[in-house]
Amino acid sequence: MVDHEHIIEVKEMVKKFGSFRANDRLTFYVEKGEIFGFLGANGAGKTTAIRILCGLSYPTSGEIMVAGHDVYREREKIKRKIGYMSQKFSLYEDLTVSENIRLYAGIYGLGRNQIASREEQLLERLALSHIRNRLIREIPLGWKQKLAFSVAIFHQPAIVFLDEPTGGVDPITRRQFWEMIHDATEEGITVFVTTHYMDEAEYCDRVSIMVDGRIDALDTPAALKQQFESKNMNEVFLKLARR
Amino acid sequence: MRILLTLLVKEFKQIFRNRLMLPIIFVIPVVQMILLTYAASLEMKGISMAVVDQDYSQASRLLVSRFEGSPFFEISLTTSDYQKAVRELTRDRVDVILHMPHEFEKRLYSEKETDLQLVVNAINATEAGLVNAYCTRILFDYNTQVRAEWFGLEGSGRQTTLEMIPRYWYNPLLDYKIYMFSGILVIIVTMIGMLLTALNLVREKEMGTTEQINVTPIRKYQFLMAKLIPFMIIALFELAFGLMIGRLLFGLPIEGSLGLLFLFTCIYLLVVLGIGLFLSTISNTQQQLMFLAFFFMITFILMSGVFTPAESMPLWAQKINLVNPVAYFMKVIRMILLKGSGFRDISREFFSLCFYAMVILTLAIANYRKTT
Repeated sequence: MVDHEHIIEVKEMVKKFGSFRANDRLTFYVEKGEIFGFLGANGAGKTTAIRILCGLSYPTSGEIMVAGHDVYREREKIKRKIGYMSQKFSLYEDLTVSENIRLYAGIYGLGRNQIASREEQLLERLALSHIRNRLIREIPLGWKQKLAFSVAIFHQPAIVFLDEPTGGVDPITRRQFWEMIHDATEEGITVFVTTHYMDEAEYCDRVSIMVDGRIDALDTPAALKQQFESKNMNEVFLKLARR
Repeated sequence: MRILLTLLVKEFKQIFRNRLMLPIIFVIPVVQMILLTYAASLEMKGISMAVVDQDYSQASRLLVSRFEGSPFFEISLTTSDYQKAVRELTRDRVDVILHMPHEFEKRLYSEKETDLQLVVNAINATEAGLVNAYCTRILFDYNTQVRAEWFGLEGSGRQTTLEMIPRYWYNPLLDYKIYMFSGILVIIVTMIGMLLTALNLVREKEMGTTEQINVTPIRKYQFLMAKLIPFMIIALFELAFGLMIGRLLFGLPIEGSLGLLFLFTCIYLLVVLGIGLFLSTISNTQQQLMFLAFFFMITFILMSGVFTPAESMPLWAQKINLVNPVAYFMKVIRMILLKGSGFRDISREFFSLCFYAMVILTLAIANYRKTT
């Protein structure tokens, strides 16, 4: 990695719900252009953290900069520079494939010609041109997720946040999905992804592992395997969780 | 502006893709307008009367024939047994008992006055009042006739009576349906506008798509305006559609300016749709919203003077009506349509609603949270 610019910088981030600490003094950074894996069991606090970084939720305390902007004061500026794909489906079920693309592109202020040509490219790349006029509710889950990802990066954001993007899809589609993620980084987009599939962790440049609201480990997958004397990330995760 | 346009295209596509939407816009209002206008009539027809005639005289039969000749009364029982008539009243089979005792006629001749009993079922006080008024009128006519025919008092000047001949302005035939229809039109425009707007936003919340919207740089007012404008257009269309039906079916008069009516309706819709949006910002599910919306709507509508004039409500109720947008519209639509009032006549209501719209829309926008 040549460029060591930190596109996300988090220091001592805390989020409390009443007396419960969903995020307990998280400190980490994400380098520009990397794929940063945000791992953890269900309820470890991944979604809470990702929502704060996207400006959907207020942190209780801590210093947080995303794409050069402060999450307390400049959330709307952050929102121009990020894409987000949530666990729940973010596409409109009662709009067609093409209408969804045009809607989100329009919201980010892309011009009509620009939208038309990029939509064409996108549908061709995903091989979805034949279903452009089908409603989202009528197409299979795997296609929806690929499309949701493409829509999230349609406006060419600096960072894309993916919250468990591959939940419930088959291994082949997951593989294809990760190829898309790699393609996105080629275009200079930083990827921040949460998952609990440990095989996916291997595809990340660096991963952090959250347990009970804290980050218990953070390094490249290779270094983590060495540190925990494990064959794969699955073992690393189990060792951490049982500690 | 382009962003708002993009959002409007989305909303309209979604609205008209909903299969229930066209029936909601066309069928339900028509059914309500026709059904309620005819059904919710305050005119009394076919008042069921029991006659207890214990006299069987010419005088008593003349009185009964007077009631028989009236379009308002139907004599369902003639008897000499008072108790039997009372039983019918208890069973709710008759509304009123006319009781002419023994020697009704004899006393009328010899003493120039006689007794007569009228028993009215007053469970519904308004209805009882009307029945009483109709009966009094018939008795008055009967009295005049008796005095003229039997005592030859007509025109003799010995006992002059004053008779009032009213002229009913703005509704000379006292056609109740015109009054009712305009009120029902207000209710339909209000319900369709407010409920559809509010439900739409909460539905997006439930589906989770608002989250995706909130993570974009979209402005809150843009998003909320895109929710408001389509339903405002639908509600205005509903008004036009309703006026057409009213004109065709009920001969609804349109004395004032339609332009003024639509202008006023625009401001009014900003208020009620704003209330709808505000309610949807504080509810998380469609169920919560329905309870809230119904509470406000029913209170607003019943207090607005749809059936009973708001001016005759107690003072405290009239004070509450200051924040009841439906009361303003209920008054103004009738002023414009039936009286032909102009802008100056309704300017107080107009500017009050403008202010109201500003307040409620500001509240709705402020209360919509992109970040929680």
